[in-house]
Amino acid sequence: MNSDYVIAFLASTAGAATPLVLASTGELVAERSGVLNLGLEGIMLVGAVAGFSVTLHTGSLGLGLLAALVAGMALALVFAFLVLTLQTNQVATGLALTLFGIGLSAFLGRDLVGQTVTPLPRLDLPILSDLPFVGPLLFRFDGVVYGSLALVAVVAWLLAKSRIGLQIRAVGEAPHSAHAIGMPVVRLRYASVLFGGALAGLGGAYLSLALTPMWAEGMTAGRGWIALAQVVFATWKPRGVVLGAYLFGGVTVLQFHGQGLGLAVPSEFLSMLPYLATIVVLVIICRNPQTILLNKPMSLGQNFRAD
Amino acid sequence: MPRLEARPEPSRAMMLASPLLAALAMLATGSLLFLFLGQEPLHAFYVYFIKPASTAYGVGELLLKATPLILCGVGLAIGFRADVHNIGADGQLTMGAIAAGCVALYFDGVEAPWVLPLMLVAGALGGMAWAAIPALLRTRFNTSEILVSLMLVYIAYLFLSYLVHGPLRDPAGYNFPQSKMFGESATLPLLVEGLRLNAALPLSLLCVLGAWFFCKHTFAGYRMRIGGMAPAAALYAGFSAPKNVWLAFLVSGALAGIAGVGEVAGPLGQLQPSVSPGYGFAAIIVAYVGRLHPVGVLLASLLMSLLYIGGESAQIELQLPSAITGLFQGLLLFYLLAADLFIHYRFKPRQRALTNPAEIPA
Repeated sequence: MNSDYVIAFLASTAGAATPLVLASTGELVAERSGVLNLGLEGIMLVGAVAGFSVTLHTGSLGLGLLAALVAGMALALVFAFLVLTLQTNQVATGLALTLFGIGLSAFLGRDLVGQTVTPLPRLDLPILSDLPFVGPLLFRFDGVVYGSLALVAVVAWLLAKSRIGLQIRAVGEAPHSAHAIGMPVVRLRYASVLFGGALAGLGGAYLSLALTPMWAEGMTAGRGWIALAQVVFATWKPRGVVLGAYLFGGVTVLQFHGQGLGLAVPSEFLSMLPYLATIVVLVIICRNPQTILLNKPMSLGQNFRAD
Repeated sequence: MPRLEARPEPSRAMMLASPLLAALAMLATGSLLFLFLGQEPLHAFYVYFIKPASTAYGVGELLLKATPLILCGVGLAIGFRADVHNIGADGQLTMGAIAAGCVALYFDGVEAPWVLPLMLVAGALGGMAWAAIPALLRTRFNTSEILVSLMLVYIAYLFLSYLVHGPLRDPAGYNFPQSKMFGESATLPLLVEGLRLNAALPLSLLCVLGAWFFCKHTFAGYRMRIGGMAPAAALYAGFSAPKNVWLAFLVSGALAGIAGVGEVAGPLGQLQPSVSPGYGFAAIIVAYVGRLHPVGVLLASLLMSLLYIGGESAQIELQLPSAITGLFQGLLLFYLLAADLFIHYRFKPRQRALTNPAEIPA
C-alpha cells in the first residue's frame, strides 16, 4: 500500500464525514435544548433534493446550498410546531417527519433522476495544497468541509461559554426551572430545532452536490439515523461529533476501497460496515449508564407546557 | 392562536374521531395537490381513491396489500403500547422472507403439505431472530432500540441483495438477480379464483384476533399496557420492563416475518432484490392511525393499502408520480398527530368581560 492510496483514503473520509458532522451538530443543539428530532433522515433527503434541484436550475451551488438550508428549516418548523406548540409525541412526530420527507423528496425529485451538476469546487489553497503528503491531506477540500469544522468549534464555544448556550442547556436540563426564572423555553427550543433542521438540510445537500453530484431516491441511505447515533456516541459534546463522524466516514469509505485493499468479501458485506459500526459503537457507549446519564439532557424527549 | 386548555380527562370521542379527521385532512390536501399537478381534482380523486376498489379484482388487490400491513401493524402496535419502539419491521419482514425462501428452495421439488407450514415457522423465527438483536441490546446494554432496529433494516436489505446476486440466484434465470420460482407446495393457496388474494389474509385476521385477546384478556398484555402508560407504577408493581421489551420485539418480529413469507410465497413467488416497498415503515403509520388497537390497525391497513393501490392507479392513468403515495402516507400521520391534540386539550372559550359590577365577586 503506497502513500497515494493512504492519502486518497483519508481525503475521501473527510467527504463522507462532512454530512454527518453537519447533521449531528445541528441535532446536538436541538437535543441539548431537550428536543429529540428523529426526522433527520427525512430532512436530509429533502435538503438533498432541494439543493440539487435549485443548483440544476440556476447553475449556482451557493443558491443550492441556501435552498437546502431553507428547506431543512421549513421541515424542522413543521416538526417544531407539532411538538412544541401542539404537544405531540416527539418519537412519533419524528418518525412521521422521516416518512413524509422520504415521500416528499421522491416526489420533488421525480424529474431529476439521472441528471448531474458540477460538484462543489475544491479550494486548492496555493502553496499549502502542493506540500507533499500534508497538502492533499489537509488543503484540498471544498469550502463546506472546512466550514463544517469551523462550525463545530463555534457551536462548542457557544454552548459552553455564551449566554444563549447556557440558556439552551438550562432549557434542556430543567425546562420548568428555566421557565420559572423567565427564560422563553418554547422559543429557545424552536430556535434550536430550526438550527438543527438547517444543518441537516445542508448535510443532505452536501451529499447531492459534492459527494455524488446527482439525485437518487433515498440517497441518504440511513445517514440521518447514523447522525442521530453520532450524538449519543459524542455523549452530547460537539468535539465528539467530529471524532465520530470521521470514524464513520472512514468506515463508509472502506466499502469503496475494500476491493482495492484486496479484501475478498462481497461488496454487500462491505456496505453493511457503517450500519454494523453504528450498532457496535452504540453498545460500547451505552453499556456504561454513567457516561450516558451524566451527559444526556435530563428533559430529552419530554414535552414542556407552561402552566 | 386561541388558548388551549387541558381537558380534565382524555376525550374518548376525539380518540375515535381524530383518525377520521386526519383522513379527511389528507384527502383535502390530496385534492389540492392534484389541482397543483394540473389534474381535475374530482377525476383524480376518483381514479386514486374510488376506482381501484370498485372492481372485484381491485378489492382483492386491496386486501392483498393490506395483509402485510395488518401483520406488521398489529405487532408494532403491541410494542408501541408498552413504549417499546420497534421501527425495524421492514428488516424483520425481509429476514422472514429470506428464511422462508431458503426453506422453499431447499425443498424445491418436494411436493408435500408440510413445506408451507415449515416456511411459515421459518419466516416467523427469522423475523424473531432479527428482532431479538435490538431487544437484547436494549435490555443488556441500554442501547436505543429505535436506532439498532433501524440499522438492522439496512443490513437485512443488503443481505437479501447478496443472496439473490450470489448463492440463491437462479442459474437458469438469464442472470437476473432473483431466485428460482417456488414450487406449488411452497406457494400460498389462492382464496378466490381470478384474484391474487391468498391464505395469508385469513392468517393475518387470526393474528388480529390473537392480538386483541392478548391485549384485552391476558396478564402479560395488561403488564405491557401499564409499562407504557405509567412506567413508575409498573416498576412499583414489580412488572419487569425487560420482559416487556422482549415480548414486544419477539411478537412483532414473528408477525413481520410471517408478513415476509406472505409476500414471497404469495404475489412474488420467489426471492427478489427487494421483497417489500416499505410495508414495515408504512406499518408504523398504520399502528398510530389505528390507535394502537388491533381492530383499528385492521381499518388503518385498509386505508394505507388503498393509498398504495391508488398510487399505482394514478401512475398508470394520470401519469402522476408514484412518490405521491409516500407523500400521502406521511401527511396522514402528521394530521393524525395534530388532531390528537384535541384528545387532551380543547380550545378555551374566550373569557367574557365582566361589565356588570354585580357580577364581580366580592
